[in-house]
Amino acid sequence: MLEIKDVHKTFNPGTVNEKKALKGIDLKLEEGDFVTVIGGNGAGKSTMLNAIAGVWNVDSGSILIDNMDITNLAEHKRAKYIGRVFQDPMTGTAATMNIEENLALAKRRGKSRTLRPGITKQERNEYYELLKTLDLGLENRMTSKVGLLSGGQRQALTLLMASLQKPKILLLDEHTAALDPKTASKVLETTEAIVNKDHLTTLMITHNMKDAIAHGNRLIMMNEGKIILDIKGEEKKSLTVEHLLHMFEKVSGEEFASDKAILG
Amino acid sequence: MFFTSLLNSMPGAVSQGMIWGIMAIGVYITYKILDIADLTVDGSLCTGAAVCIVLIMLGVPAWISLLVSFIVGLCAGFITGVFHTTFGIPAILSGILTQLALYSINLHIMGWDQASFSRANLPINADKYNLALSSRYLRAFSFQNPIIVLLICILALIAILYWFFGTELGSSLRATGANGNMARANGINTNRTKVLALMISNGLVSLSGGLLAQYQGFADINMGRGAIVIGLAAVIIGEVLFSKVFKNFALLLLSCVFGAIIYYIVIQIVLKLGLSTDDLKLLSAIVVALFLAVPYWKANYASKHVKKGV
Repeated sequence: MLEIKDVHKTFNPGTVNEKKALKGIDLKLEEGDFVTVIGGNGAGKSTMLNAIAGVWNVDSGSILIDNMDITNLAEHKRAKYIGRVFQDPMTGTAATMNIEENLALAKRRGKSRTLRPGITKQERNEYYELLKTLDLGLENRMTSKVGLLSGGQRQALTLLMASLQKPKILLLDEHTAALDPKTASKVLETTEAIVNKDHLTTLMITHNMKDAIAHGNRLIMMNEGKIILDIKGEEKKSLTVEHLLHMFEKVSGEEFASDKAILG
Repeated sequence: MFFTSLLNSMPGAVSQGMIWGIMAIGVYITYKILDIADLTVDGSLCTGAAVCIVLIMLGVPAWISLLVSFIVGLCAGFITGVFHTTFGIPAILSGILTQLALYSINLHIMGWDQASFSRANLPINADKYNLALSSRYLRAFSFQNPIIVLLICILALIAILYWFFGTELGSSLRATGANGNMARANGINTNRTKVLALMISNGLVSLSGGLLAQYQGFADINMGRGAIVIGLAAVIIGEVLFSKVFKNFALLLLSCVFGAIIYYIVIQIVLKLGLSTDDLKLLSAIVVALFLAVPYWKANYASKHVKKGV
């Protein structure tokens, strides 16, 4: 499915701001894997997701999807295989366009855009039914500008958009971090539902250890640009926050710094 | 006396406003949809005018000459787009570079038949050539009247643009301006859509240049100077006055034309009140600066107001 081989990335090389963000990442995801990613600030979680999405080119190493090398493929080209939801609810949608237009844009991910109508009547019916499943009442506001929606509504919509054209891999970059706890858990529920429905191969970054344990079939922990823990199967199922913290201290030789990860 | 003379100048103001309205639609596409202030227009307006007049003098029918003006504008926008996306030059500077280059090119186009291969002003005689429109028919009750010609032009252009921005390609262009990250995440090549938007915008600006040259009977190297400011003024006036009522995209484009017409009517009034034409550009710049500042001040005031209330 997804294969990352020895990927390195350094930002601002040769300057005082030099930051070695990824120091040799190796990761292989199987079809249908739902992997949660945890780690402190600056561990390289988002950098890894951005490397997969192609926001910039990596310094070395290679990234493969279905055995196809996408290491040097432009961001918009590899978007064909990748669905993304971002931390900032503003990033995933076009605020000045309405709900159905946003969905129609996402529906054409990976397709060439021609002079055919941007949205058809048949699509509208399809979007109506899909929005209904979110249970947010958005199906009755399809011509409202997305800028008028709340953060949670926008993230739910972005999730729908990311999965509208079934992606080979779904990248969730702390997509609930900017939401209040109640909304965050609702969006996580939606995430589970969408991932399960289409058996999407998923990488989900979270700051919250409980969420990381509760969701997915595999958990990886990152620290200082490396993957330091990879827990799957039965071991993942029996995991607790205390156990995870203990493992982190053992592997990295330091205490887990983020209170948010423990308490949240 | 004042009012009769003002009233007399109205048809001229309206038709000039309509021509600049087409230009303003071009500016709307870059400034509002793409979120880029494109200064290419100061050059591409004159390029469209020069090409149009030269072709008509060579015996090409006026409407086909206008079409070529449009295509030449597409090329100008393409160059700015390449500067911006392939060369990585900031959008504003890209536009300035193309605009500067076009100054020389425009002189050469107008001086195509000269030994010096350069000319700053190229007049055309409406008696000798069959023009698409001319200011001399301003008071004619026929299809020669420039206001009627322009009305048909504008309605057709708005219809085409309305259709285009509703297509898959047009939507991807809007998404690029609204949120580049989102556009790329959804597989849109934002470099290509940016180039395309700059092309369409400058195509329209060149077309309006061709219309303006025929209307006034000459092309001039300085006719595009400050065009971006007039275009912005039209877009902003249209937005301020009509945004509460006009929501539909076609009406938003129409409000640019209304904005340009109002701009020219106001210009006529201040000229009749005794302002020198020399001071027009100063006045335009001040008006646009104020119109741009007001929404910013309003937002600032609103955010401070909320803070106090907490």
